[in-house]
Amino acid sequence: MRLQKSTLFALYAVLELARENDRQMSTGDIAERYDISPHHLSKVMRQLVRSGLIQSVRGAGGGYRFSGNAKRVTLLDIIDLFEPSNPAVEGDEEDPAGATSVARALDSVRGEIDELTRATLQSITLRSLLKYAPAEVGEEAVAG
Amino acid sequence: MTEDNAVAIRNARPEDIDTVIRLDELGTGLAKPDYWHDIFAGYVRQPGAGRFFLIAEAAGAVVGFIVGETRIWEFGSPSCGWVFAVNVSPERREGGIGSHLLEAICERFRRSGVDTVRTMISRRDPLNLAFFRSQGLTAGPYIELERRLD
Ligand SMILES: CC(C)(COP(=O)(O)OP(=O)(O)OC[C@H]1O[C@@H](n2cnc3c(N)ncnc32)[C@H](O)[C@@H]1OP(=O)(O)O)[C@@H](O)C(=O)NCCC(=O)NCCS
Repeated sequence: MRLQKSTLFALYAVLELARENDRQMSTGDIAERYDISPHHLSKVMRQLVRSGLIQSVRGAGGGYRFSGNAKRVTLLDIIDLFEPSNPAVEGDEEDPAGATSVARALDSVRGEIDELTRATLQSITLRSLLKYAPAEVGEEAVAG
Repeated sequence: MTEDNAVAIRNARPEDIDTVIRLDELGTGLAKPDYWHDIFAGYVRQPGAGRFFLIAEAAGAVVGFIVGETRIWEFGSPSCGWVFAVNVSPERREGGIGSHLLEAICERFRRSGVDTVRTMISRRDPLNLAFFRSQGLTAGPYIELERRLD
């Protein structure tokens, strides 16, 4: 499945912050680890703060902290914040071909795939994903 | 979690049937006594080879169950362990009992010589999907297909 850059950055950032309780990281730390643009990432971080999933931390160290529930927040929750709504559903209304039986049959196949994709993304909590992402060399083990 | 330590896993016994029927009804909203009598006949009273019906018990009460069996050569699949029901009493959920039950049945499957565990969950059942995902199950190499028999 193709994801926009912002979506992927948001997933990296939230998962990185949720790895351990009270983990604090700056945009620079995360951008460096994933080798991504700090400028683009900082826009994503602001949107994540607005969504309530992360908080900015003032004072010494600064940076951001995960403020959601890693046992409940799913990959889909984050993806839905950044991806435009489902293109297989969107647009078809304006498409005159949508009225033909071939278009409807194709639509139904795309619907099957989309439904499976969403169910999969919705079933994977941050905690579940992190459980199977081993700590990298030089990093502490994932908490919990 | 605290409950986790106090929970013991054992094979189901014929007298567990009423509790199983009740737990299943609580979980699914549907009582299926006939179905469970059949399952008890083939998995508890006279369990065939590779069939397992396990109970989680805490302080003498049944707090959960899991049922599965080893299956072989369905559309070319080498043998694997199939889980087809799991249930934890609503007031005891999120205390590790489900994980405990799954680990226990996986251990039985391993001892039966299979190296894969498999299950089938509705796409519209986020709770069971999240549970099995959390236990490391991912999409397998098969696609489930169906058609209405109108
Ligand atoms: C699915 C079920 C068996 C899980 O049992 P449980 O004892 O609560 O499971 P555990 O405590 O071992 O939880 C294991 C993992 O499952 C996931 N999980 C459990 N409940 C969850 C919930 N409500 N939301 C999201 N994830 C959940 C979590 O990832 C959890 O791991 P964590 O505690 O580290 O976060 C239980 O919820 C249940 O009986 N549900 C109804 C089942 C049903 O409908 N059966 C009928 C068909 S047979």
